[in-house]
Amino acid sequence: MKAADKKRVLREMLFARRFEERCYEAYVERKIGGFLHLYPGEEACAYGVLEAARPGHDYVITSYRDHVHAIKCGVSPKEIMAELFAKETGVCKGLGGSMHIFGTEQRFMGGYALVGGPFPLAAGIAKGIKMKGGDEISICFLGDAANNQGVFHESLNMAKVWDLPTLYVCENNLYGIGTRIDRSTAVIDQYKRVSGYDIPSAQVDGQDIDAVYAAAKIAVDHVRSGKGPYFLELMTYRYRGHSMSDSNAYRTKEEERMWGKRDPIIILRDRLIEAGEITLDDYSTMDTEVLEEIENDIIKFAEESPEPSAELLDKYVLAENDPWVSGGAK
Amino acid sequence: MAEIMYWEALRRAHDEEMTRDPLVICMGEDIGVAGGTYKATNGLFDKYGPERVIDTPISEGGYTGLGIGASFLGVRPIIEIMSVNFAWLAMDQIFNTAAKVRYMSGGQLEAPVVIRSPGGTAHQLGAQHSARMEKVFMGVAGLRSVTPSNPRQAYGLLKSAIRCNDPVFINEHELMYNMKGEVPDEEYFMPLEGSEVAREGSDITLFGYNISVHWCTQAAEILASKHGINCEVIDLYSLAPLDRDGIKASVSKTHRAMIVEEAEPAVGVGSEVMAIINEECFFELDAPPARVSAENVPIPYNHTLEKMAIPNAQDVVNGVLKMFGLAG
Repeated sequence: MKAADKKRVLREMLFARRFEERCYEAYVERKIGGFLHLYPGEEACAYGVLEAARPGHDYVITSYRDHVHAIKCGVSPKEIMAELFAKETGVCKGLGGSMHIFGTEQRFMGGYALVGGPFPLAAGIAKGIKMKGGDEISICFLGDAANNQGVFHESLNMAKVWDLPTLYVCENNLYGIGTRIDRSTAVIDQYKRVSGYDIPSAQVDGQDIDAVYAAAKIAVDHVRSGKGPYFLELMTYRYRGHSMSDSNAYRTKEEERMWGKRDPIIILRDRLIEAGEITLDDYSTMDTEVLEEIENDIIKFAEESPEPSAELLDKYVLAENDPWVSGGAK
Repeated sequence: MAEIMYWEALRRAHDEEMTRDPLVICMGEDIGVAGGTYKATNGLFDKYGPERVIDTPISEGGYTGLGIGASFLGVRPIIEIMSVNFAWLAMDQIFNTAAKVRYMSGGQLEAPVVIRSPGGTAHQLGAQHSARMEKVFMGVAGLRSVTPSNPRQAYGLLKSAIRCNDPVFINEHELMYNMKGEVPDEEYFMPLEGSEVAREGSDITLFGYNISVHWCTQAAEILASKHGINCEVIDLYSLAPLDRDGIKASVSKTHRAMIVEEAEPAVGVGSEVMAIINEECFFELDAPPARVSAENVPIPYNHTLEKMAIPNAQDVVNGVLKMFGLAG
């Protein structure tokens, strides 16, 4: 990554961090309802991988921890926040919520709330790409705990058998909801689990965006060149609980402190300062600007947007006026 | 109009739609090289190749999800699940993704997949290969569910289902693939909603779907010839949505209703049709509606017990006679 790109990405990651922290506040204020799963601590995963890919061109699909991936794909943060506020201006018109952010124009194919559900969907998107003959790839971001679902194995197997252009990114944050990985999972290194499907894989430090980017470049090139699927494991940590309803009682303060010292944004910031690309003051200014944008632009838009109208209640259940429902156009 | 078998009708629909649209594919276990357990895709592998006629691993949840994911990009997958019993393994993808994705994305994405699967009690297949799951597929918002009772419907419903932008579940029957019937020579599309009058009558309406339509028409012949009771038979080929208007119209004419279902009674087609009758035309009734259902048991292996577990035309006759106060 060039220095200018790194500076841009630093700002983007900082934006993602502040966006999520502001979501936390809005949830406490009861402006956001339902379940809310936040991304702070894991930013280098989404940004490192998608910097190496072509967001907006490549297809991306993920779990319910989906705001930041959508933002990186180019989905409007204003409309994401409006969705969280359950407003009609939201990306899904207030029908989806935090766990179901979609932006199909940006080829962000959605957040899904069944753990592991996107595994086969990502393979199917790759099948669609292959049939249409494009050079896109299908990128699936999921957590380590999703790998204990049956469809993990089913999907990897099919992706390999049919050489589908799918990049599976495992954000290994060491916990499945509130259960530590070694208490639920026989093999802790997730990349080893795909060797049974003869899929190339790698494991890297998910807190270091340069490491993620370098590994993702290899992975993306592999998949895009038509060599079939790839599995990339990123070792990371979420600062918040699994969701807002999580007491976080299953982790030690010491462990949290240890990971806090390896913050992906601070790692990149300090590296850029050391290289003389930015100063600490530049970073503070950047932070102030980001916070102002979130408050004055994004939160304001969400706050002031209207509630969904009643006719949205049943508008998208079935296709509207589909001629084949009545046996075709007469 | 040619008389062809049910499987041939399905095969013809696959073939025509795959010729028309290169994005129509079919996938499932043994559907390609082996030609399909019930021959619905026979010969298509040689004609369209392995990229479009896909022999899947035995991973129902996985390949159903894969088909749904492909449909996001405009591919039109026809997913065959070899037996409806195995569809339980694909329920997460069918219900949580296909049925909900348009809604939860605020209309951005849709899943135009067809999922075909045979259910029903066949010949001593035992508890885990004899499920009747139509009830499971008729109560989930966002999913269409149809069930053809003859080759014409099998052809016409599949044709429309492939082109429709909603996910459509097609419930077939293991005993019906070799049934013969007339299918129009020209292209024919069945509406995915509504019902058909399989037999006109005036004294009672027998509601059937899929195989039970045939029990109803057989019973109607016996009741007409031996007992002078003139039954109307309504074929509920669309189970989701059910044809409220058709149900109301027929019951308002005959003033009596019996629902005949191969499945266990609870939470099924019978209970749903009865609820609709109550809601739509309760005061038209001359007698309480009744249903003829399977026994509430897993299907036994023993042939005699198996036959006892599911209804037949004689059970329908007996039920009607009882309703008319003519039972012996």
